[in-house]
Amino acid sequence: MVDRIADIWGTRTPHAKGTRWPVRVDTALAEGVSEGDVEKWVQSACTLCSNGCGCDIAVADGRMVGVRGRAVDTVNHGRLGPKGLFGSWQGMGRRRQNRGDRLTRPLIREGGTLVETDWGTAMTRIVDRSRTLLEERGPLSHGFYTSGQLFLEEYYTLAVIGKAGIGTPHMDGNTRLCTATSAAAMKESFGSDGQPGSYEDIDWCEAMFLWGHNMAETQTVLWMRVLDRLHGPDRPALVCVDPRRTAVAREADVHLALRNGTNQALVNGILREIVHRGWVDEDYVAAHTCGLEDLVATVEPWTPERTAEVCDVPADDVRRAAEIFGTSDRVLSTVLEGFYQSHQATAAACGVNNLHLLRGMIGKPGGGILQMNGQPTAQNTRECGADGDMPAFRNWDNPRHIAELARLWDVDPLKIPSWSPPTHAMQIFRYAEQGSIGLLWISATNPAVSMPDSGRIRRILASDELFVVVQDLYENETTEFADVVLPAAGWGEKQGTFTNVNRTVHLSEKAVDPPGEARSDLDIFLDYARRMDFRDRSGRPLPPWSTPEEAFDAWRDCTRGRLCDYTGLSYDQLRGGSGVPWPCNDEAPDGTVRLYSDGVFPTASEAAETYGHDLLTGAAVSAADYAALAPDGRALLKGADYVPSPEEPDDEYPLRYTTGRTVYQFHTRTRTGRAPQLQAAAPTMWIELAAEDAHSLGVSEGDRVRVVSRRGHIVAAARIAGGRPGVVFAPFHYGARGPDADQPPSSDEPTAANELTRTQWDPVSKQPLFKFAAVRVERLGSGDGPAPAPTTTASAPVDPAAVPPTRGRGGVVVREDIAPVEPPKAASEELS
Amino acid sequence: MNLTAVLTLLDQAEQDLATGFRTAAEGHAEEPDIHDICHNLAAQCEGRRVALAPLRERYGSTDTGGAADRLGTRVLSEARPGPLGLLRDLQDLYVQAAFAELTWDLLQQAGAALHDRDMLAVSQRCAREASIQQGWLRTRSKQAAPQTLVLAR
Repeated sequence: MVDRIADIWGTRTPHAKGTRWPVRVDTALAEGVSEGDVEKWVQSACTLCSNGCGCDIAVADGRMVGVRGRAVDTVNHGRLGPKGLFGSWQGMGRRRQNRGDRLTRPLIREGGTLVETDWGTAMTRIVDRSRTLLEERGPLSHGFYTSGQLFLEEYYTLAVIGKAGIGTPHMDGNTRLCTATSAAAMKESFGSDGQPGSYEDIDWCEAMFLWGHNMAETQTVLWMRVLDRLHGPDRPALVCVDPRRTAVAREADVHLALRNGTNQALVNGILREIVHRGWVDEDYVAAHTCGLEDLVATVEPWTPERTAEVCDVPADDVRRAAEIFGTSDRVLSTVLEGFYQSHQATAAACGVNNLHLLRGMIGKPGGGILQMNGQPTAQNTRECGADGDMPAFRNWDNPRHIAELARLWDVDPLKIPSWSPPTHAMQIFRYAEQGSIGLLWISATNPAVSMPDSGRIRRILASDELFVVVQDLYENETTEFADVVLPAAGWGEKQGTFTNVNRTVHLSEKAVDPPGEARSDLDIFLDYARRMDFRDRSGRPLPPWSTPEEAFDAWRDCTRGRLCDYTGLSYDQLRGGSGVPWPCNDEAPDGTVRLYSDGVFPTASEAAETYGHDLLTGAAVSAADYAALAPDGRALLKGADYVPSPEEPDDEYPLRYTTGRTVYQFHTRTRTGRAPQLQAAAPTMWIELAAEDAHSLGVSEGDRVRVVSRRGHIVAAARIAGGRPGVVFAPFHYGARGPDADQPPSSDEPTAANELTRTQWDPVSKQPLFKFAAVRVERLGSGDGPAPAPTTTASAPVDPAAVPPTRGRGGVVVREDIAPVEPPKAASEELS
Repeated sequence: MNLTAVLTLLDQAEQDLATGFRTAAEGHAEEPDIHDICHNLAAQCEGRRVALAPLRERYGSTDTGGAADRLGTRVLSEARPGPLGLLRDLQDLYVQAAFAELTWDLLQQAGAALHDRDMLAVSQRCAREASIQQGWLRTRSKQAAPQTLVLAR
């Protein structure tokens, strides 16, 4: 038995470059349940981060009683992280408690309060309002805000309902908050969404750059893979870009602890070094890219000294990082929220793409890019068109792409909302605020906590004019504002597929029945479509399918010939073995490990998902201008100068605020907060201060502090941690409601990190920017002991003696089996 | 030389455009992207005035009192309220930005005719920047148009 709360990444299995990552099978079972008691193991993959670890769900007496990593899966080679081990199955629990129990019956608002009802009554209420709005005001009165947590089949169904049934451009997912920049950067650089690299690149690389990516906490199993290289015989160099002293930073050869908000300056500085010191792969750049001249001119002012001054890092560290990037034979980059949710998000993420393109370091083993996702099924939200995009990476601005969809769905092309850019999440809420959206359907997300300036979001949701439908597992801060609440089935209670960061598609089977009358999101969407009587031009029901597998098969047709080609995949193929990375078709029947090995990118006008944007303003490039640029298969080197963020610190608000995750919680703790082991490790809100700032404020470990921004304030206990001076960090998991009845009620003071964040978004990706705001900190008084922050992570105290170490607790038994079988071999992979 | 008049006119046009962007930024601060981006664009306009200054010094900047002095565009000094007001303000800014972009383009030609490499380089860069500003105004207007024209109350 191992304590995987204390030992987050588990036992090391080091290996050498170019060899396969050894298997370690991690198993968690409820205390008192032995393997012999498990009646069946049901294939799935974990949905508590974006890594997509293959796993089997243990079932006994019709309940989920544990989970085990799948040794055959190329993503995780048997491993699971703490969230997967403890949170995945316990988070679906339905034990009775005073509050926070699963939703089992629909609720409707009667006289101001939510009361239980039956499905017919709830759906009729939605359909009546929907019909009235469509008749009186048309399709633009409807908005859909979904998730990065549903399955592919559900997103595609929602996309068809929204885009072909209703015809509204107002569809987005909370993926806007987590991965919109990832997609936008790939579209701008490569012409289309679609991950170039693969996790297998970790096994090959000679240097790794983690750009704003606290992988050790956000994707623990991926970090295990990195650790096993770092502790192996030919350790790759590691460069970490992060203002906090994360576990990644502690392992790094170079830690660039820059001021949050200055990523673009740093990337420009490194690009300039690559150019000036002759590390550009001239042949590759000439054959496979366009835009070099403009990029070189843009980065030219960014000397190491100027970069160092703006970012507040040593100039020699900028040089050293550039040297590692410029001289290593196989460089792998990963990028996440430190870039995606910060100032000049898309520009900085494109800057990383530019570095790889300049060095020809893309599509080869160990040389590649992972523009990460924040959520398990975010890739599908993007692919399927449940967000602002058109399904299968089609371009809304290309009439031929829209005509393809119209043929596929048998609807009038004009029905498909392609007359303007799709509406992003923040704009959907703005239209709701202004009253032009009258029905907002929220599925599997909790915007009352997760969106910026949450006070404003709550006011919008509370408006009498807005009819709010919320479809979720549990009551939460958002359901409080709903007119109708629909109880949804979740992970392990329904069937479907989803696709992870490196394009690997997994099938997740139904292990148990959903509680009470809860239904899968697919069934709910289809019920709505049938009641609305959406029809195609031939009079057939739209969408025509009624099961997950039928929806998947329809999706395959939609992807034929596109970059995300699923035509070679089926439920049968996904059963039993490993997940399979798309494209998977006749040419690549076992899937494809990495894209762009041939240096040919989907940038031709006919193929591209977008004609691109100006990175500073978001101005769209017209079809004619794009055609004149004629990238024709070459990648685009797009640069942008650094500009200061719109809210720089000043005398009144002298500190830089940033938000993020802790390893033990996911999002607003819907599932992780219900796993006692995870909840105990990170139970309530804290504020992280650098030791220098704490000293000058007179704050000691555990003191109660108030953090104030121009939007509002929060109150929590202070953790004195090892981050850079001038930066205040807050975890974003803690809203007003606790999911655990054991948890003492929080004080009346607000605690949610987003009370302080500014309503702002990146001009290209439209991703809200949570990683910079100006704040001040005030000491309120001493607390009752140390802050409730974990000691095992970036929030480790500077004085380890001041805080008892974070340890596990009983209830679940975890086991690790080292190398019980040979490692799996990835499709078309050449590892020995 | 009529060039001097055009240089003066362009300086005025950029100043007006900057004012207009700031007006829109503050008048439509409820639209966070408008607020942030318009302030950045106003700063770009001021930057173009700075780039123009050496040329005005070199060629003089006296008014001619002739036809060139009458700037045909209107400065946006007060934002219009509501969604339609936003759309109309963006349209006005578009006209102003188009005027600036075209004038920089004309300066490129003058620079070529005068063999003035500085003028060529500066006007080329500024014409492109002004053109991207137009592009943004078009992009943002198109984003707002369907909801504003069909549904907004």
